[in-house]
Amino acid sequence: MSEKVLMKGNEAIAEAAIQAGCHHYFGYPITPQTEVAAYMAKRMPKIGGTFLQAESEVSAINMVIGVASTGKRVMTSSSSPGVSLKAEGISYLAGCDLPAVVVNVQRGGPGLGGIQPSQSDYFQSTKGGGHGDYRNIVLAPSSVQEMASLTVKAFDLADKYSMVSMILADGTMGQMMEPVSLDVGEVTKYEKPWALTGTKCEREHNIVNSLYLKPEELEIKNFERYEKYKAIEENEVMYEEYLMDDAEVCVVAFGITSRVAKNAINEARANGVKVGMIRPITVWPFPKKVLEAAADKCKAFICVEMSMGQMIEDVELAIRCKKPVYLCNRVGGMIPTPEEVLAKINEVNENGGAF
Amino acid sequence: MSKTCRLLFAGFGGQGILFAGKFLAYKGLIEDKQVSWLPSYGPEMRGGTANCSVIISDEPIGSPIVDAPDVLIAMNLPSLEKYENSVVSGGKIFVDSTLIDKKVERTDVDVYYIPATQMAYDNNIKTLANMIITGKVLKEVESFSLDNVDAALKKVVSARKIELLGVNETAIKSGYDYAE
Repeated sequence: MSEKVLMKGNEAIAEAAIQAGCHHYFGYPITPQTEVAAYMAKRMPKIGGTFLQAESEVSAINMVIGVASTGKRVMTSSSSPGVSLKAEGISYLAGCDLPAVVVNVQRGGPGLGGIQPSQSDYFQSTKGGGHGDYRNIVLAPSSVQEMASLTVKAFDLADKYSMVSMILADGTMGQMMEPVSLDVGEVTKYEKPWALTGTKCEREHNIVNSLYLKPEELEIKNFERYEKYKAIEENEVMYEEYLMDDAEVCVVAFGITSRVAKNAINEARANGVKVGMIRPITVWPFPKKVLEAAADKCKAFICVEMSMGQMIEDVELAIRCKKPVYLCNRVGGMIPTPEEVLAKINEVNENGGAF
Repeated sequence: MSKTCRLLFAGFGGQGILFAGKFLAYKGLIEDKQVSWLPSYGPEMRGGTANCSVIISDEPIGSPIVDAPDVLIAMNLPSLEKYENSVVSGGKIFVDSTLIDKKVERTDVDVYYIPATQMAYDNNIKTLANMIITGKVLKEVESFSLDNVDAALKKVVSARKIELLGVNETAIKSGYDYAE
């Protein structure tokens, strides 16, 4: 294991991407993710890679499409309003079945919103964001170490399934420093026979395209894509269970709010409250099975989110509304305190649901 | 002192608030502790107040946000006024008494007044009031010491400014030795 260094979450993403073999990055500055671009600007020239600050987010995502078409690993990053601008390009990447990594270090919205941390792009990233039937793999890190390791994972999954992987972080995760080991291990290489690498007059032309004017063909493409998504839902779900063995109340939280919730859970446990947490690491594919199983044991669920209640819909669907699900949230750049979460846990433990 | 120490450094942008916090975090890392460092990055850091949350612990760190610090380092008046009441009972407040005339009103905390900015001027290291006050923190907070100061400084002082290693050490030492 390599020596641990203190790094900002944003920098850890950038370095991990390079370690994962991403030598092409296109971006446009926006708080609170600017350190990703700044780090890339410093490192890429030294390794013979490409760092390019595009004239806009729209331009950057289209450059990503270009590099992805050649089969090379490529990344862009932004924060909420910037990711909205990239939505068209993400839909095109999906329609062309191209692998790429898109990082969203979320801030408060809607509109220009604010620059403080938020989780209110959950719908945007897990349900689409752009037009058409498609999915992104969405990974939600909750430590600087995971900012690095899940970035490596994102590249792997993007290549494995030929699609977009997103890192769904937030301003806190991007700005905070923690010890991180950048030993990424062996990087898997995937064959990309579809890539535009020049035929050298030795093979048929490859075509990367998302336009299908015959509806019969487009329908087949969509069906095929959803077979792939089904396999991902089967094989790639990641989550962490915390003190769930005897839990009667189940907290569900990802990213920064899962860390706040951990403080509250420890405090509640010290007072004898049987509470645990399921932390989705992949928010798509969503950890439905473990949640449904928890619904048979727990009396109630609490979603801790920095949104008006977005993931809570997935929780209710996953547990098929078998038990009540309560929301504990702050929005607009505010972060819930452990005391607020603890109060909700106590309230739900006393009044919520019934065996 | 519990096994977890939550510190809040607060002052003006440019006083080296984030740097001092990073130094302590690195010192913790070298000593095999769990550490986290979280800066304010809002509009306030652009010339206004800056602060950073640092947690040093024997256990895995949950939330990196310090709402109720065990230790507050206040390097300007707005910071003291804003955070004085958030310090836990029995906690410690370090005040740069050159820049803050006001006395701490709380009676349930230990308070240390250090004329850090004046000392920095007197010693011709005028940008290092942050490290002088940090030296005092190392002295007064039980779980801290002068161990690994050198190693931690080498991690945070950039290679381009390596000649500043010595003055940082001097600053820490003078804060450590300061008696009110």
